[in-house]
Amino acid sequence: MYETNYHRAASIEEAAKLMGTVAEGKYLSGGMTLIPTMKQRLAAPSDLVDLRHIAEMKGVTVDGRAVRIGAATTHEEVATSAAIAAVCPAICGLASHIGDPHVRHMGTIGGSIANNDPAADYPAAMLALDAVIMTDRRELRAENFFTGLFETALEEDEIVTAVRFEAPVKAAYQKFANPASRYAMTGVFVARRDDGVVRVAVTGAGSSGVFRHQGLETALSANWSPAAVANVTVDDSDLLSDIHASAAYRANLVKVMAKRAVAAA
Amino acid sequence: MGVEGIGARVARKEDKRFLTGKGRYTDDMVVPGMKYAAFVRSPHAHATIRSIDVASAKAMPGVIDVLDGKQLLADGIGNLICGWMIHSKDGSPMRMGAWRPLADKTVRYVGDAVAIVVADSVAEARDAAEAVVIDYETLPVVTDLVEALGEGQPQIHPEAPGNLIFDWEIGDAGATDQAIAAAAHVTELKIVNNRLSPNAMEPRATLGIYDAGDDHFTCYTTSQNPHLARLVMSAFYNVAPENKLRVIAPDVGGGFGSKIFIYPEEIVCLWASKRTGVPVKWTADRTEAFLTDAHGRDHVSTVKMAFDSSNRITALKVDTIANLGAYMSLFSSCVPTYLYATLLSGQYAIPAIHANVRTVYTNTAPVDAYRGAGRPEATYLLERTMETAARELGLSPAELRRINFIRSFPHQTPVIMNYDAGDYEASLTAAMKTVDWDGFAARKAEAEGRGMKRGIGMSCYIEACGLAPSAAVGSLGAGVGLWESAEVRVNAVGTIEVMTGSHSHGQGHETTFAQVVAERFGVPIDSVNIVHGDTDKVQMGMGTYGSRSGAVGMSAVFKALDKVEAKAKKIAAHLMEADESDIVIENGALKVAGTDREVPWSQVALASYTAHNLPPGMEPGLKEGAFYDPSNFTFPAGCYICEVEVDPETGQTKIVQFVAADDFGNIINPLIVEGQVHGGLAQGIGQALLEGVHYDKSGQLLTASYMDYAMPRADDLPSFKVTTSNTPCPSNPLGVKGCGEAGAIGSPPALINAITDAIGNNELTMPATPQKVWAAARAIS
Repeated sequence: MYETNYHRAASIEEAAKLMGTVAEGKYLSGGMTLIPTMKQRLAAPSDLVDLRHIAEMKGVTVDGRAVRIGAATTHEEVATSAAIAAVCPAICGLASHIGDPHVRHMGTIGGSIANNDPAADYPAAMLALDAVIMTDRRELRAENFFTGLFETALEEDEIVTAVRFEAPVKAAYQKFANPASRYAMTGVFVARRDDGVVRVAVTGAGSSGVFRHQGLETALSANWSPAAVANVTVDDSDLLSDIHASAAYRANLVKVMAKRAVAAA
Repeated sequence: MGVEGIGARVARKEDKRFLTGKGRYTDDMVVPGMKYAAFVRSPHAHATIRSIDVASAKAMPGVIDVLDGKQLLADGIGNLICGWMIHSKDGSPMRMGAWRPLADKTVRYVGDAVAIVVADSVAEARDAAEAVVIDYETLPVVTDLVEALGEGQPQIHPEAPGNLIFDWEIGDAGATDQAIAAAAHVTELKIVNNRLSPNAMEPRATLGIYDAGDDHFTCYTTSQNPHLARLVMSAFYNVAPENKLRVIAPDVGGGFGSKIFIYPEEIVCLWASKRTGVPVKWTADRTEAFLTDAHGRDHVSTVKMAFDSSNRITALKVDTIANLGAYMSLFSSCVPTYLYATLLSGQYAIPAIHANVRTVYTNTAPVDAYRGAGRPEATYLLERTMETAARELGLSPAELRRINFIRSFPHQTPVIMNYDAGDYEASLTAAMKTVDWDGFAARKAEAEGRGMKRGIGMSCYIEACGLAPSAAVGSLGAGVGLWESAEVRVNAVGTIEVMTGSHSHGQGHETTFAQVVAERFGVPIDSVNIVHGDTDKVQMGMGTYGSRSGAVGMSAVFKALDKVEAKAKKIAAHLMEADESDIVIENGALKVAGTDREVPWSQVALASYTAHNLPPGMEPGLKEGAFYDPSNFTFPAGCYICEVEVDPETGQTKIVQFVAADDFGNIINPLIVEGQVHGGLAQGIGQALLEGVHYDKSGQLLTASYMDYAMPRADDLPSFKVTTSNTPCPSNPLGVKGCGEAGAIGSPPALINAITDAIGNNELTMPATPQKVWAAARAIS
């Protein structure tokens, strides 16, 4: 790791101010990707501004079916939140399978979505839940937020402060883990609103990161059952292919995980 | 058996230290004035070095010096060597290319060391290493072992035209071909043995200390064999004569073979310490470990197995290409030859065997011994072939094996080995009973109802371990003898120190060796210290690899104990005025048999050192040494059965049962033996299901971190069912065989046989990843 300066911000304002004063700053919100990248000398920020201890960015509120999760909330806190579990257990289940216990106690939802790893779990949930990403200056719908591999609509110094979404009537996430990294080789989040509209988001498989699958959404909106997945075609031309899984295999996994998610919802 | 003697299930003495973070590893060593090294490594798989510019690196903060291969050459430091000579079938010696500890003209794999930076801190050393400017002219690259032998491929070493290192054979080609021509049935198969990364928990590290006052070097290193390291560094690399070089391998966190070999870093840090005048420490990070630790396996073979009309094997013909990487590592040549092809008879009476082995250079990390070393490759080839043959012949896999088992001993195979003892039927029967073989059909039907494909597969392995005897391995090309040494030093108060040439890096020697002593004298194991891993403390020894510590190292202790016992009995007899032949040792005392007269062990020890009243002419003291060179290898064998469930939708394999029935001869400590088997199974299952080194076409390592190299984890593994059925080994005084590698040797074919049984497609290579299994299952349906 190259030398870096660590700053712990106490408020959003302080974090933004700090970022304005440093040479090549990076926000830190758990650091589960950034720190290993720095250790491998693949990233060299002059300063780290830690957002994880900002009180106003932490915690969960559930009001009716409206869920708000502070960006600095850890995966463990989401996984074990009784309030969220009462309305949207799918996202608790998702959080409980991110990384290992160490990662879940350090990593945060804000860090995960701002990093937008194409194999991360939360982006699929945000997209399928039609979540709103709240920042220190605006609100963005998830589909306008995730823009590509490790790319988001965030400006250089913009801070994700929270996410909010309306809990769907049915939802589930199924992940087929990469045998090495245990990241999603393919993960599918399905969410069904009370008006019957279904959103299906896929992570780990898309060559441009998380995406919604129109065919699955149409089929499942018409017929909410695992069997409805069978006749959907998943085009593998836009899917990732690497040493672990070909595009064709990932296309298969998209259908299998979607089917299992519907069954589990 | 005493409470802590041979056969006792004693918890490991060393675990307190390891489990509470009190282990002392090379990286823990701190000496005054110590500085830190970083290596500048080639980012190219094959390139010519045009120039090296160290000026800006040298000017960086904290940097003491930056040294390169030209300076190393000028100081007379020699090339790294392979210590086992193999001759091609035309009689020509193997074609070994030069391996400079720091490449001076050509780099041949990604990770090849080019220069060393010594600085005040690790971070400063690494910063400066990035500032070394090397002008490379890249050359064409070949990483695949089959391609490397093809026409028009890049030439990696001038010494080895066509990248062929040797073309070796064993067995009778004529008789084998004749039997195949006359066979009632021939099973043919292509076998790929996947390339593995060793992944010891502790990465390699070294600390070189030069003392200008005495012109003496000390080398702390992560080694399985410190004496061998000293011998090789003195005799071949011109680091220093043996009396001026102390090698210490303190606690070592796993080796699996990868820490047998001498690597460039030890040599370079010692040399750099003399050059800079400061002690120089280097510890690999995990990326360096993936890039530069010697890899394992990487064979491609074709096999023909011939049967007569009563399903007896009449011949086996094998053609193997083995990848040795960019350089010939210390024992690389013997792994795909004498540790591999000599085991191709397996547990079966096969009248004719012929194997041809070609080894090749490629632009990849060096390949050498990895847990099992040659024997897993032989077992995988043979047991995949047996299972395939059983399917083709319409026999149950057990029946085909039973028909062909060797049943009388000693048995001379056509490929050198002379098996001394074994009972293969016993292991097979035990494994089938434990797995409930007869109930499999019902379990398969039940799984079918849940949409899952269930399969079962077996593997009957044999291995040769306890690497020895010296004269035999010498006649096959080994550059060293493979005996072992021990010294038993009884202290004046009766506590005991045992100096052993074996080295423990996870095997539990501090416990098992102490148990052998406890058994002999009736003393608690806490009063016995096992001293190893330091050339200044321990007499010349050969170290630990090839499951040899029990059969060879412990036998040396046993012999030394014989001498101590004899002298102690003489002293006791003298003290009690009895006849020496009447003295027996019971419960920590020397007694006159049939009487109540006794002298405690501690008193005999004290008497030997006070020397006030010893038998006339006897030297004072109680300390004896022994060298042990066994008469034969030992031959552990067993039967492994694996039952799997494959999810046809995802190709995910779940191991529902794994049974290991082993014959390890006499067992010193069942707890440790089970631990060794569990660890071996985890690595074998890792090879079969998860692990695989991938290079891309340009020679970049794609699996250089745990994000891409899949290691087995607890949830990948079932709860193992382990049983033993022991036929004592007649070739050593303890009757032990060795258990360190069996799990890794026997398990891969059992798994692949089970998966191919489940999916009904025999075309499947390791690692059987979900993607491959899914594709193979689909291809058949």
